Amino acid sequence: MQLPPALHARLLAGPGASEPLPVERDPSAGAAPFRFAARRVRFPREHEFFEDGDVQRHLYLQDVLTQVAWAPERPRVPEFTCQVAGCCQVFDVLEAYEHHYHTLHRNVCSFCKRAFPSGHLLDIHILEWHDSLFQILSERQDMYQCLVEGCTEKFKTSKDRKDHLVRRHLYPADFRFDKPKKSRGPGLPAAALPEPAETLPEGGQQSEGDDMEVCSEHMATPLEPRGERRTLGHRIPSTICFGQGAARGFKSTKKRNKQH
Amino acid sequence: MWNQRHGRLRPVGCGMEELRRRRREREAALRKARREQQLVSKRLLRDDAPEEADGVCVALILGEDEIQQFLRLAQRGTEEKEKERALATLRRGLQHPETQQTFIRLEGSMRTLVGLLTSNQALLQLEAARCLHELSHSEQPAVAEACLPATSYLLTYVSGHSSDLIELCLYTLGNLIVESEAVRRQLLPQGIVPALAACIQSPHLTVLEALGYALSQLLQAKEAPEKFIPSVLGSTLPQQMLRLLQPGPKLNPGVAVEFAWCLHYIICSQVNNALLITHGALSTLGLLLLDLAGAIQRSEDAGLELLVCPVLRCLSNLLTEAAVEAVGGQMQLRDERVVAALFILLQFLLQKQPSLLPEGLWLLNNLTANSPSFCTSLLSLNLIEPLLQLLPGSNVVSVLVLTVLCNVAEKGPAYCQHLWPGPLLPSLLDTLAFSDTEVVGQSLELLQLLFLYRPEAVQAFLQQSGLQALERHEEEAQLQDRVHVLQQTALRG
Ligand SMILES: [Zn+2]
Ligand SMILES: [Zn+2]
Ligand SMILES: [Zn+2]
Repeated sequence: MQLPPALHARLLAGPGASEPLPVERDPSAGAAPFRFAARRVRFPREHEFFEDGDVQRHLYLQDVLTQVAWAPERPRVPEFTCQVAGCCQVFDVLEAYEHHYHTLHRNVCSFCKRAFPSGHLLDIHILEWHDSLFQILSERQDMYQCLVEGCTEKFKTSKDRKDHLVRRHLYPADFRFDKPKKSRGPGLPAAALPEPAETLPEGGQQSEGDDMEVCSEHMATPLEPRGERRTLGHRIPSTICFGQGAARGFKSTKKRNKQH
Repeated sequence: MWNQRHGRLRPVGCGMEELRRRRREREAALRKARREQQLVSKRLLRDDAPEEADGVCVALILGEDEIQQFLRLAQRGTEEKEKERALATLRRGLQHPETQQTFIRLEGSMRTLVGLLTSNQALLQLEAARCLHELSHSEQPAVAEACLPATSYLLTYVSGHSSDLIELCLYTLGNLIVESEAVRRQLLPQGIVPALAACIQSPHLTVLEALGYALSQLLQAKEAPEKFIPSVLGSTLPQQMLRLLQPGPKLNPGVAVEFAWCLHYIICSQVNNALLITHGALSTLGLLLLDLAGAIQRSEDAGLELLVCPVLRCLSNLLTEAAVEAVGGQMQLRDERVVAALFILLQFLLQKQPSLLPEGLWLLNNLTANSPSFCTSLLSLNLIEPLLQLLPGSNVVSVLVLTVLCNVAEKGPAYCQHLWPGPLLPSLLDTLAFSDTEVVGQSLELLQLLFLYRPEAVQAFLQQSGLQALERHEEEAQLQDRVHVLQQTALRG
């Protein structure tokens, strides 16, 4: 296919279009037995016309010729320490630090030092845990916001919200975010509250009771060397307040004591 | 910008011949899958380059006890490194289908893994996400179903800030989406659309590419036109997607490929294309087409065909919308450089990926069908001859080339004056010798228009043994009426 050399120049020049030639149609054009009529054509997604292109797309996805490597070139940097006060984690890869920072220091509650996976969840936490008006207002109106970003529903109790999350948003029934109301006082970090030791059932669902808490202290690091924990002090969030505790699900007959 | 190789793609470490063989096998399998509407592909993120350098698979088959041990160690190991190592070993085990099966049958294993995902130890959490990612890549539907309890957590982390974790969660979701309808059913109520709409603001290219991947998997689902596309169109995603397709120094090929495919799945479902046109989809895609042609001219062709294909489709299908006229879409796409760019792309496809040539010609048809302006550009830019050079191609290509020429010819005498004298008539005599009825039929249509608007061509047709060429098709049921009329016209002329 030989393209006229001027074509490349045309592409580089500015926008524009030639003045169209006059259109003058004869009614006998396309008259039977002829049938041509100029028309734009649409193809739906399953049309066989798309077969070759779709196959190319999927070859690319499956990386037959190339393979997506997981961060192949992450340069090592001289070791450095996390600058957040009280944290002394050491890194030699910038991305690892980035992940550490965003996970542990980005959405941290300034009152109780808990870290949250997103700003949305942090905002809800602060409102529900540390806003002195919340308790009073929640007696009068629905104050518990839905946890799903983009949903504007509010509820009278966290239990109602949980039901909503499970029914409307199809969250797993054991999804935990809230602290049960009884176990918190305004501004009191829940981490300080005692928690029942966990009993892991012999298979099957364990009874959830009202322990909808999410701030999964069980995920905190009870078996961490004690000395280390002391040096890190309370500036490190003892937990990421989100989701169920790892210790809960796994089938085991052992009992585990909370060590907060 | 285009010559930057896709940063995260690297060649597989084996010989070219082996690669070609594997590619052929895979291609045949994909073709079959597409005909059965079972086209499913997943992506795998792995960072095991050192261990797998020699191409040897290091996946371990783990038994129930071992899985339990590693999980317990990951939960309660005495130091962080030990926990991470335990989970990393489990992750390598999960690369093996047998371990995957054992894992999902093990009571409480998924709950534990999800628990580790929500752990407060950054690296342990990342390792748990990688385990889930391995599971999402499984070819066994039961494994994807076992991941159902994890999706709400994965979505929550998509709203987070750690780009590594977000990327992993997005690829994992993208994999689960194609494997399981149950997963897709719960993602919409769990808020996937607002989560993605927030995440698309991310400055990280790896995150954006992963997001495009996950979204394209969702939009590709067979129930997408009813279930997902209305919701996506109701969000800010369409404008953001178009922003990421705007040519300029910020455009990233890997990201653009994903979102161009997303747009294709939306547009070909015809849910509300007028909305996309209102957001300027035609002008953005038109400019992208110019940019692609520019890149090809500078011979920066790193995988450009991957992007060319969905861009051609989006433009072609959008042009069929009645709304194109109504909302000024025609104004968005009036620049004749689009035609120039398209020809540069046709030449590129001819060399690089001839099987995609019909898609380019389809766009040329949709551009020229109702547009005297583009037909005029075709003539003034001297593009009839290059177009005719495509005629010896496949029947599909030939029919499309002839159709575009008919689009020009049917506009009347002023247009046909540019078609004769010239190379058109000899080419038509060649296509009359084809055996394919559709190719010959379309040649007859073009001859009729040419004779009608340019009667001088008849004489030349007779001199070049045109009648003999017509005679060959006198007996063909679908052609004989038209052949007969043309014979009479020629003899009268
Ligand atoms: Zn830190
Ligand atoms: Zn707090
Ligand atoms: Zn809600």
